[in-house]
Amino acid sequence: MEGVNVDLLFKIAGIGIFISVLNIVLKQAEKQEQAQMLTLVGVVIVLLMVLQLINELFESIRSIFNLF
Amino acid sequence: MEIVQVVGVGLVATILILVLKEYHPEIAFQIAIAAGVILILLVIGYIVEIIQAVTEVALDAGMEVMYLQVLLRIIAVAYLAEFAAQVCRDAGEGSIASKIELAAKVIILVMAVPIITSVMESILSLLPYR
Repeated sequence: MEGVNVDLLFKIAGIGIFISVLNIVLKQAEKQEQAQMLTLVGVVIVLLMVLQLINELFESIRSIFNLF
Repeated sequence: MEIVQVVGVGLVATILILVLKEYHPEIAFQIAIAAGVILILLVIGYIVEIIQAVTEVALDAGMEVMYLQVLLRIIAVAYLAEFAAQVCRDAGEGSIASKIELAAKVIILVMAVPIITSVMESILSLLPYR
């Protein structure tokens, strides 16, 4: 219970807002493709973080319910 | 006072999702997933205590441990499937959500086969003729 990291929510949201801002800048500079790439990279990074969290959930549920 | 943390995480996540949904719906959904996982991880310690109490009562009542374990596994499968299906449905993929639920039902049925067969055997042994 004490090891839960609520910071992850803010990290994800921070990455999202950061990417939005950079996206706007890149679009103003007529660099649509790089903006697209940036969005993709952001999504992948956030996905990696979320996957770690889901892994934690699976591990704890597996150990609690004697699953598998 | 876990409830304060739960409410806080829920409200903060909702507002963050509202902010991000306009520009990046994909990241907003990942925040939703992370918030759901965090909320469950907050109360998972209590689930352990509840399961221990139920196990003690069941052992006192002379119930077989195997049945209780099957029950707990079914609960876990149902919960995980529900979680994933809700996320999919939130993201507008109702068909994938239905398939997850169907798969979970099949898995639960497979897990319950030993119990069903034992019930059938006891019913058959009650019958006076064969």
